[in-house]
Amino acid sequence: MSRLALEKLKERFPQAVLDTHDFRHDETAIVATESLKEICRFLRDDPELRFDMLTDATAVDYLLDPARTAPRFEVVYHLYSTSKRRRLRLKVQVGTPEAGRAERAGSGANPSEGDRAGEPEVDSLCELWPIANWLEREIWDMYGLRFRGHPELRRILLYEEFVGHPLRKDYPKDKRQPLVRRPEPEIAEVLARRGRARSLGDGTSPAEKR
Amino acid sequence: MEITPHAEGELPIEPSVINMGPSHPAMHGNIHIKLTLDGERVRDAEVNIGYLHRGFEKECEAHCWQQIFPYTDRLNYVSPMLNNVGWALAVEKLLGVTAPERAQYLRVIVGEIARICDHLTYLAAQVMEMGAFTPYFYLMKGRDWLWDMLEEISGARLTHSYVRIGGVAWDLPEGVKEKTLEILPKVEGILDEVDHLMTRNRIFLDRMEGIAVISGEEAVGYSWTGPCLRASGVDYDVRKAAPYLVYDRMDFEIPICSTGDNLARYLVRLEEVRQSRRIIEQALAQLPAGPVLLDDRRVTLPPKAATYNTIEDMIAHFKLVVDGICPPKGEVYSYTEAGNGELGFYIVSDGTGRPVKVRCRPPCFMGMAALSRLIKGHLIADIIPTFDTINMIGGECDR
Repeated sequence: MSRLALEKLKERFPQAVLDTHDFRHDETAIVATESLKEICRFLRDDPELRFDMLTDATAVDYLLDPARTAPRFEVVYHLYSTSKRRRLRLKVQVGTPEAGRAERAGSGANPSEGDRAGEPEVDSLCELWPIANWLEREIWDMYGLRFRGHPELRRILLYEEFVGHPLRKDYPKDKRQPLVRRPEPEIAEVLARRGRARSLGDGTSPAEKR
Repeated sequence: MEITPHAEGELPIEPSVINMGPSHPAMHGNIHIKLTLDGERVRDAEVNIGYLHRGFEKECEAHCWQQIFPYTDRLNYVSPMLNNVGWALAVEKLLGVTAPERAQYLRVIVGEIARICDHLTYLAAQVMEMGAFTPYFYLMKGRDWLWDMLEEISGARLTHSYVRIGGVAWDLPEGVKEKTLEILPKVEGILDEVDHLMTRNRIFLDRMEGIAVISGEEAVGYSWTGPCLRASGVDYDVRKAAPYLVYDRMDFEIPICSTGDNLARYLVRLEEVRQSRRIIEQALAQLPAGPVLLDDRRVTLPPKAATYNTIEDMIAHFKLVVDGICPPKGEVYSYTEAGNGELGFYIVSDGTGRPVKVRCRPPCFMGMAALSRLIKGHLIADIIPTFDTINMIGGECDR
């Protein structure tokens, strides 16, 4: 009973389940990144499991773990079944440990800026659980991990002009960010988008114009 | 954006975009909603949070496990005791230790007092922001009495930091038990008064009943927990589903509503206050004698006299202060029922005195994720009551 979810998972996806453990009775499975969405769909829809709630999603950066050979980041999902009262933790590993080390050894300036090709990607779970939208946005915001298929992957807790991803281990805790100001032409842009190239100084109302 | 069809001779109405917040008097905790309005009706809403982000998780990575308590006080700052308890249980799960029985009872007692404070604050804000100012003062009076109790127990009115890893800081001061038992009926009296003033009030009902309805299934998809989820008919309360501390010894009910509207979320919280009172009274009656802090040199500081007089305890004290508690290498997810729902802590340790990762699962973050869905199609005037029922606490949502 207690390890049912893990057993079923291993039986159904023998190739994709890389490792399992249940430290302190928290059932955990590390799964292949490319099978994540398929596995989640199975866990949600299987009548015996019915993990209908994505309780939480977060990431961990293992950059400073010297013994680690696995990829640098882990994205961690906590699932819960409201009908079966069962929990499961799923983890996927992304990024390369070498890339992290190189960043650490290099200049260290804005490691999360620039080449997008190097940014690790995971499939978005927005289709399965609506809450994944905000949780994945937070992971993007804090760790700079991208989610394939996310409808609007933008920052959530920090502001758009923020440079870097603060929960990465190579982001110094006391780093200062400059005070920024949104570019001015925004208002004109909005007006242009609404199809009326009206300057702010022009006092005529739309009714008069017609 | 399409233009609403209009009758002959009338001006065309095009959707207008307005910003609500982040500094709006009823948007306590600072949130920003970018509304697309069709007259008074909300056609689209973009909810932006993060104005109270303080880097809780980053800060935790630089501190010892036991130094994180003051930060948890500032998560849901209306019920800090519940956050204290949640954090202590998470680290204890990682360590594999259990607090002494008396400490567990004390945690239940202070936690439930905090839950009442949380719900009273919610009720006060809810009715006040709909124009009912009198009940606001009644409820705040009740909350103040309870905060007096928490102050007497912990020494601080708001940021208690009373719970420790392995127990609580000290025992209940003399007389607190009697005073608490005296105050609880008075608080319930206030609650009855507010219940009479509001629950059958026509104006109140018009703005609460049938507004912002969400089904249980959808609420689960949004990962809702706590009173909001139970208002949609899903029977999930961590205290019953996975009892921690001594909740399995308490006799209490979990109120459920099936309508999933604003009124249901109000009614569930109203009833939960009464249930919390029952829990506190039972816990005070059952309160066993014994120590309130674990006697384990790996986890808790030795008594002062021992620190000054024996070399072993002096070293233990020194190691705990300088290195901190060193839990085994591993990861745990621990969850408790906080004022707004499941407060989870996912922590990763590499075996040293400082965490590799501390993740706080804030229950009201999930509520805010669904806010846009809730208010779409309703009137501008419905936004504030709906936002209130989610009971967003900025410190917790934005961390």
